[in-house]
Amino acid sequence: MRGPELHWLPRQATWSQALASAVPGEAAWPALCALARSRIDALETRTLDRKRQRLVPEAPPGLVAPPIRLAVLASSTVDHLLPAIRVGGLRRDLWIETYTPDYGQYTQALMDPASPLHAFRPTAVLFALDSHHLLAGIEPGGDPTEIERRITQIGDDLAAQWARARQAFRCQVIQQTLLPVFDPLFGSNEHRLPGSQYWAVQQLNATLRQLADAEGVDLLALDAVVASDGLAAWHDPALWHRAKQEVHPSAAPGYGDRVARLLAAALGRSSKALVLDLDNTLWGGVIGDDGMEGIKLGQGSALGEAFVTFQRYARDLSRRGVILAVCSKNDEANAIEPFEKHPEMVLKRSDIACFVANWTDKAANLREIAARLNIGLDSLVFADDNPAERAIVRRELPMVAVPELPEDPTLWPGTLAAAGYFESLRLTKEDLERSGQYQANLRRGGLMASATDLDGYLRSLDMRAIWSRFDRVGQARTVQLINKTNQFNLTTRRVTDEEIAALIDDERALTLQIRLTDTFGDNGIIAIVIGMFEPGTGDIRIDTWLMSCRVLGRRMEEETLNLVVRQARALGAERLIGVYRPTAKNGMVRAHYQKLGFTPNGTPADDDGTEWVLALDGWTELPTAIVSEAVAR
Amino acid sequence: MTDPELYAGLNEIFRQVLDDDTITLTPSMTAEDVEGWDSMNHIFIVVEIEKRFGVKFQAAEMEELKNVGELAALVREKVAAARR
Repeated sequence: MRGPELHWLPRQATWSQALASAVPGEAAWPALCALARSRIDALETRTLDRKRQRLVPEAPPGLVAPPIRLAVLASSTVDHLLPAIRVGGLRRDLWIETYTPDYGQYTQALMDPASPLHAFRPTAVLFALDSHHLLAGIEPGGDPTEIERRITQIGDDLAAQWARARQAFRCQVIQQTLLPVFDPLFGSNEHRLPGSQYWAVQQLNATLRQLADAEGVDLLALDAVVASDGLAAWHDPALWHRAKQEVHPSAAPGYGDRVARLLAAALGRSSKALVLDLDNTLWGGVIGDDGMEGIKLGQGSALGEAFVTFQRYARDLSRRGVILAVCSKNDEANAIEPFEKHPEMVLKRSDIACFVANWTDKAANLREIAARLNIGLDSLVFADDNPAERAIVRRELPMVAVPELPEDPTLWPGTLAAAGYFESLRLTKEDLERSGQYQANLRRGGLMASATDLDGYLRSLDMRAIWSRFDRVGQARTVQLINKTNQFNLTTRRVTDEEIAALIDDERALTLQIRLTDTFGDNGIIAIVIGMFEPGTGDIRIDTWLMSCRVLGRRMEEETLNLVVRQARALGAERLIGVYRPTAKNGMVRAHYQKLGFTPNGTPADDDGTEWVLALDGWTELPTAIVSEAVAR
Repeated sequence: MTDPELYAGLNEIFRQVLDDDTITLTPSMTAEDVEGWDSMNHIFIVVEIEKRFGVKFQAAEMEELKNVGELAALVREKVAAARR
């Protein structure tokens, strides 16, 4: 039991001095973000939030994601949790503004379009309802069927509130599961007592999980957190009686961090890759010194089994879409040998999408890994047993998440899980296939290096672009891609589930999703385009065009334009208007439209972006080595 | 624990929770005399006192306190009991 503190974050000995020396100006926001990435308690969290309010009262320019406005709808006191939610955002470079209606007023606030809640225009709504409120009226001794019915009714009423919130704000909805604050009356077989509030909490939580899946609502699983931290760490009956605080103020940092994770995940800001050190991280000992027989791994010692368990955790992460990489100070031949020959290794060479073992410093190697995987440094989590290496990486690359691993490797899976780096909301087919895709990509890279002429290489790939308009089947993946693609993204416009659902039904909208297959396998959906007619003109304005960086250098951009033009012509359009909006991450597509033959438009866009035009009359398709085919229906 | 030690500890907690470095507690002070010492901040203060001094207050005890002097006396008593 580790308690509710942020144990995966490093302590900073000079935290208070650093906070005191933060001054207003451009450097204030990054300095405060860095301070949030320390192991801070509830009081420090509040102090940091107040300092942020003073130094950075408005959302600063250049944020990694649009500012978040979170409405917290509660039936008891939650004000003590709001600073920690905002600091949870700060930890992720996210600006979170919070609003909470007076408690008990959330239903009226939702229904009344003139309420301050509506004026706040939330981009996310959190239902943080306490167990006493939700289970009011559930008592033992009543008719079992009637009690069943009431619990079902409570769930249905909540689902109706979610629907109301989504309809009003078209935004992410989060439901907190119930804290198990009641004491059992029966004992171990409490489930045999209809109307037991203790049992009703579990029943309702199970109901909420089903309803949330059906309604596309995300859960904040406080019941699961309490199961690992212990209820006493999260709830104090004395504070409930005194202040109607269901969540203990000391647990606020953990609460706020978990809320911020869900908000970040919806914006595609969760980490994408786990980078592993080798010696004393994946096995005990030093492979270069101890050799294959000397390292501790597998049955026979508790330590060896702990490393097996950690490897299994890493491998299971990769099975759900987390990319694995290795970054180790070693001779490559030594480092690879256990992966290929040690019988107890759970991780195989083929599980590792990017394997870097050399004597260069780790910060440089992590840069190399991010570049090779085509993801940002802020998408990496680096696991290393060595505190000195961790400190260097944190100093050189503050955007890389480096968990504070305890000395005992037995605890590492729990540490990574508690940190929530890879928080995810929906599982897509692509997630399950991702590690295989990266493998195939590395093989393609090998082929590219050996091929002398690019055209010959591209033809040898036997590429097929399988395209369709947006559809229900691909909806979850479409939303996920749009919300997490940062680099090859012309406008970085984010969307909600509802917006994509509306586009699926809109026959006048240009929507395109493209899957690419080649000799190495299926790359999954790699391009998304959305275009809308400018009212009263023959112009289709492309407000979203994004692609996966995995398929760069294959003339997929050209083939995508061919498909866009075909659909635009079918819709009766005369011109395409392309828009580029610069962000910190999408510099690579600055000249995208220019390269495709668009000409600069006389009227610039409403902000610092650029606009481009392509006349469709007489335009001929661009040559590529890709064969396009529509999805068979 | 001496009185100056106790008051130094309480001062630091009040200053941090209420974000005001000018606070200097005296036994006769009440919530009226300290800006920001409202019911919500009182909870934070109590939680911080519990953490720092390793004691636990009962629900009723928190409600009976009239001023800083009584709060300090209660902490002193609890710390002594914990050491016995």
